[in-house]
Amino acid sequence: MDDALVTDSRFADPDAAYRLIVEAHRGLSEAESHALNARLVLILANHVGDMVVLEQALRLAKAGPTLPIPA
Amino acid sequence: MPPRKTIFQYAYARSRDQDAATPANHPVVISGAGPVGLSLAIDLAQRGIKVVLLDDADRIGEGSRAICFAKKTLEVFARLGCAEPMLDKGVRWSVGRVFRGDGELYSFDLLPEAGHRMPAFINLQQYYVEKHLVDRLEALPLIDLRWRNRVSAIVRYADHTALTVETPDGPYDLATDWLVACDGARSPARAMLGLPFEGEVFEDQFLIADVRMTAAFPTERWFWFDPPFHAGQSALLHKQPDDIWRIDLQLSRDANAEHEQRPEIVTPRIARMLGHSDFDLEWVSIYRFQCRRLARFVHDRVVFAGDAAHQVSPFGARGANSGVQDAQNLGWKLALVLKGEAPAELIATYDHERSEAADDNILNSTRATDFLAPHTSAERLLRDSALDLAPHAAFAQRMVNSGRLSMPTAYAHSPLSTPDGEAWEGGVPPGAPVPDAPLLRDGEPTFLSDALGPDFTLLTWCTLAAKLPPSVTHVRLGAGHLADGDGLFSARFALPPQGAVLIRPDGHVAARAVAFNEAWLHAALARASRGSHG
Repeated sequence: MDDALVTDSRFADPDAAYRLIVEAHRGLSEAESHALNARLVLILANHVGDMVVLEQALRLAKAGPTLPIPA
Repeated sequence: MPPRKTIFQYAYARSRDQDAATPANHPVVISGAGPVGLSLAIDLAQRGIKVVLLDDADRIGEGSRAICFAKKTLEVFARLGCAEPMLDKGVRWSVGRVFRGDGELYSFDLLPEAGHRMPAFINLQQYYVEKHLVDRLEALPLIDLRWRNRVSAIVRYADHTALTVETPDGPYDLATDWLVACDGARSPARAMLGLPFEGEVFEDQFLIADVRMTAAFPTERWFWFDPPFHAGQSALLHKQPDDIWRIDLQLSRDANAEHEQRPEIVTPRIARMLGHSDFDLEWVSIYRFQCRRLARFVHDRVVFAGDAAHQVSPFGARGANSGVQDAQNLGWKLALVLKGEAPAELIATYDHERSEAADDNILNSTRATDFLAPHTSAERLLRDSALDLAPHAAFAQRMVNSGRLSMPTAYAHSPLSTPDGEAWEGGVPPGAPVPDAPLLRDGEPTFLSDALGPDFTLLTWCTLAAKLPPSVTHVRLGAGHLADGDGLFSARFALPPQGAVLIRPDGHVAARAVAFNEAWLHAALARASRGSHG
């Protein structure tokens, strides 16, 4: 697979980016959180605007929890 | 648990102030002989200021308190004349490993670059740090350390503070130009002044234990998410001197603290972690972490420092380290004010600068604690997803947060800094702490941190025609002076051939100029000490 998908860290302050997402979920019900995540996926997918990248991202997301930890 | 064991015993001695007809008046009284109060007392005495240091106990006791002392703090201790015994005793480390389940997610090195006199961190029990500070302090006749002297009443005035102090011989009164409260997270001084301590109290509980065992684990910080020996929670293992190991175990929110501390509950839990039960429990305690601070650290002539001023959760070693850095920030300012070389308003910049640091520490500490203990299922899902991706995607690894370890805060908005007059490529901006650099004096290796003066320091490559004020130590770099053998000074400071960097007594940059001139120096000094020069 060519590596069009960027998995290097791109935020100057990744903790701040993570925190922003966490705070967006504060006070939401579980259903509301799922809906927020879904809308966020669609918004970011459109921002990426590249089918190859989107497919690679989906592959990584699907495999993420099942891939063995590299030695 | 039994009460804290005494490690080092001292003795109460009656002071002359207790027999005075009217309350004795002192320039500075410090309440609390912990790492912060002791550091401040030594710094002030080295600057020629008389100090009365009061402590309600007469001993240094055990307890699961600070263990990780950071490079910047060690540089401060070096200037206070007591780093060597700590470095000899402490366990040096710079590598951390993060595990999930039974696999390693990643490792990190906190000091990947060479050319620093001090290690990234040493682990050393707080009681040893306090002991070495007391040993150093006892060589300084300007410090009057009074054990079993407990401040029981404080009255604030605009230009001084009145105190009542309880002793085994009964109470006595004191007056002081400045009271510095270094009396810890439960600060009695804060309560006496009725000052609110606001912030977040985390619901999750953590069990902290010190165990004694001989083990061949490397001297690294090991952190587990969801380990097989403690499912669904987190765990931390850290080595200390004397074969003591610090263990932090996250407990559930509704865990019964009383029950969890019982040896018959704690011991098997730790045995599962270590894979054997060949250890002794030295200390066990349960905490709910808090991130709180005073809105202001200066109230008339009462100044708060360390945990009395701000409290953070321990993941990141930001408690004692930031407290010692409070003392480092306050010492030179208080000395200038007491010598009449700066106006009392200089102390307001302590509040400004150390507030910036406290907010930085609370922010990092809160982010880490939330990552370890997600508030909701949505937050936990996000956290676990970052852990899922961490082994396969660098960006996710950067989001995994097992504590961001203490770094000195740059005072980005300090009123004491002179903004750059010209554009600089790289280097150390005004307000930032200066990094160390290896240098050569007559071919012999030394460090920039050893060359810094007791007050201000001016770094240049070039010779100076100007006569410098006595508060300025000129450090000249270059061949024949302090040679930049490895080029690391140049890489870290980006100092032009005719340029200059003015460093404050606490090791932060006050100002820098592409071309040195006397008017710039005097203006920068005046600004950095609010009118004491120029």
